Amino acid sequence: MTYLTILSALGGGALIGLAAALLLFFNNRTAGISGIAAGILPPWQQDIGWRLWFLAGLVLSAPLWTLLGGSVYMEIDAPLTVLAIAGLLVGYGTRLGGGCTSGHGICGNARLSARSITATLLFMTTAGITVFLVRHGF
Amino acid sequence: MYSNISTFASGLIFGLGLVIAQMTNPVKVLAFLDVAGSWDPTLALVMVGALLTLGILQRFIRKNSEQIQDTDLQACVSPKARIDAKLVTGSAIFGIGWGLSGFCPGPALISVSSGLAGSYVFVGTMFIGFFLFNWLHRGR
Repeated sequence: MTYLTILSALGGGALIGLAAALLLFFNNRTAGISGIAAGILPPWQQDIGWRLWFLAGLVLSAPLWTLLGGSVYMEIDAPLTVLAIAGLLVGYGTRLGGGCTSGHGICGNARLSARSITATLLFMTTAGITVFLVRHGF
Repeated sequence: MYSNISTFASGLIFGLGLVIAQMTNPVKVLAFLDVAGSWDPTLALVMVGALLTLGILQRFIRKNSEQIQDTDLQACVSPKARIDAKLVTGSAIFGIGWGLSGFCPGPALISVSSGLAGSYVFVGTMFIGFFLFNWLHRGR
């Protein structure tokens, strides 16, 4: 943990908070990524246009950062089979729980929602236990 | 039209935040979750930065739960929050997937621009998971 990574973590977090505030102010929406992404799949209950615009911005952020001269760090450790199972669990779990790290972890917690605080503590705990079992358990 | 610009800008800024904070790096996320190993606590500051910023800005925005059009998180923006079995089970399952991969939905979607095979596999099965939920819980 260096001063630079402390600053980038805090600054990156501040941008995430700003983005969530913009979406709330201009669009009356909470920035829950799992909900926004899942909403582009059938059955369509509402407009998907705004979801596609949000997701387009999200996906283009990494190339934009590279274009601006920044470094994008992405290293994947897990084997493909594990990633396939993990993707299923993340997709199904976030829908069943009604939110992920953004919806519950940021938007819900910022409103001091008891549901979101519970969800956040739970997914942090099971994630920590999973990493512990994978790295130190077997 | 203007609303599309603001949603696009919000997605872009959200993504930049995740990229700059290195939340998009599964190896770093796993190091954050590995409390018993060589623990890297930096990523906790991402949540601190985000919650402080949103918490402060929210005081000026003052939207009540009726104004927010979010069906998923309605129970979280409403003061009448109820903790149920779905919330508990779903969050626990999500955490296991997060711990196995180091990916949560936002960073996973951003990672598709990296061209890494693992990213496509994860995002593909994540959407299958979303669809599975819609299908299993249809009409409810």
